[in-house]
Amino acid sequence: MIGKETAVGRAVRIVFLVLWLAFTVFPLYWIAITSLKAPGDIFSFPLAYWPEHFSLENYSELFNKADFGTYLTNSLIVATVAGAVATAISMLSAYVLARFEFRTKSALLTAALVTQMIPAFIALGPLYLLMTDLKLVDNRLGLILVYIAVCIPFCTVMLRGFFENIPDALEEAAMIDGLSRFAALFRVLLPVMRPGIVAAFIFNFVNCWNELFLSVTLMNSDANKTTPTALNGFISSFNIDWGSMSAAAVFTILPTMVLFAFASRHIVQGLTSGAVKG
Amino acid sequence: MAPAAIFVAVFTYYPMIAGSQMAFRHWDLNDLTDTSWVGLDNFHRVFSDPNWGTVLGNTGAWVIGSIVPQLVIGFALALWLRRRFRFRGVYQALIFFPWAISGFLIGILFRWMFNSEFGVVNDLLQKAGLIDQPVAWLADPHKAMIAVLIANIWYGVTFFAIMILAALQSVPDELYEAAALDGAGKARTLFQITIPYIRVTLVLTVLLRVIWIFNFPDLIFGMTGGGPNNQTHIVTTWMIKITQQGDYGKASALGLLVVAGLLLFTVFFLLATREKREVRS
Repeated sequence: MIGKETAVGRAVRIVFLVLWLAFTVFPLYWIAITSLKAPGDIFSFPLAYWPEHFSLENYSELFNKADFGTYLTNSLIVATVAGAVATAISMLSAYVLARFEFRTKSALLTAALVTQMIPAFIALGPLYLLMTDLKLVDNRLGLILVYIAVCIPFCTVMLRGFFENIPDALEEAAMIDGLSRFAALFRVLLPVMRPGIVAAFIFNFVNCWNELFLSVTLMNSDANKTTPTALNGFISSFNIDWGSMSAAAVFTILPTMVLFAFASRHIVQGLTSGAVKG
Repeated sequence: MAPAAIFVAVFTYYPMIAGSQMAFRHWDLNDLTDTSWVGLDNFHRVFSDPNWGTVLGNTGAWVIGSIVPQLVIGFALALWLRRRFRFRGVYQALIFFPWAISGFLIGILFRWMFNSEFGVVNDLLQKAGLIDQPVAWLADPHKAMIAVLIANIWYGVTFFAIMILAALQSVPDELYEAAALDGAGKARTLFQITIPYIRVTLVLTVLLRVIWIFNFPDLIFGMTGGGPNNQTHIVTTWMIKITQQGDYGKASALGLLVVAGLLLFTVFFLLATREKREVRS
């Protein structure tokens, strides 16, 4: 495909790729190693790049003292439900945007782009009041509803790109065979769309899992807090407990990293086909 | 379509519009007895705030200092990843990891690494003989800005690499073969074939990223909280600080300025890149 590579070019490429990999992985390695040091060893010199003794003390501290398990469960519920519902809704609207021509179409796409420009903080006050009226403050359902709204615009644009890559003829053939439009969508298109749907769900899940400001505003009791809110609690006090913080970071990062590792190819495909067509 | 529109209208647009009207009122959590209309007073207070100039400058440095290295390194990675090699899939998955992490947590991660006493950055630099004694990274405004930029580059390069890699794979081989026959060198091939061909992807990726980076207080919030002494605030982190002080009127004015600024930027950016986009297709 691309021209022959010279020996020098090859060396430059390998050095660059290795350096970038080291730069990418090192911070993750460092937080993991920190979390496995005994709390006293974290602040000892010289810094240990491979500690003499490993300890799970930071982790036991985290789950005994801070009730981190509850926060993780809350995050898991909120991100899974919001991610799934947002994916389903976005899929239907992406289908409509990809297959039909109508007058408000470009206005809707512009409205989706504009949501990306709105700083979360301008909407927080009124959102809080709205949720108070709906009796959904400090309630997981409330956070789920808000997250669905946050996920929809980008997810719709992303899935629209996917639909546009699938030829119309596929559904048309199914409809000639006597299927309704809906049946054609579910039985013929969805199986083809599976990689896009997986990518969209994971993308939504990760966004909800990581969201901080809305969750800090809407969730205040310990029983309902999500992990980012809890992390924020760790640093708002004057001193940061770096031991617990690093253990909490590992536990917060790990689930999304595992998801990304398994589905990275789908996500790459999903991001690219969506944004390129958008 | 309808459920999507309703969700976004109720939970995104309604609060934004309701929040916008606060920008024209006296709205302070410390004094809620008076919520009268004050016209453009909140905007005036933003512009006359001694921090405004710094914040604006920082925002520019933050956006440009993030986007340029992200684009350049991401482009290089994409070009080099185009060749097949063993473990390429594993490599891609590994360099994708920063994207799975929240900006806030990335801030905390780098805050720990840049810690002046126990930070690994100082330790490594001292071992390499580049500095003699620990540097107080997050206490000096310029160094703090460099530190947050490094963290953001760490986070954002992958996104560019992936988008560009996917676009590169759509460039037909015949174009490269023709260029090679014409004796075009590497640089010429890059600027006259590769870049024009993937222009649409480049334009849209840069646009989306500028909007996201501009509107991305999370990392700075976790890493420096806008410190030291307000010197790493960008518009959106400064807005958080003002909200936390209870001055919703001023914060909303700032929020409207963000939306307006980004809209203007989008229009100009799309106009500036439009003509050439049409030539290609």
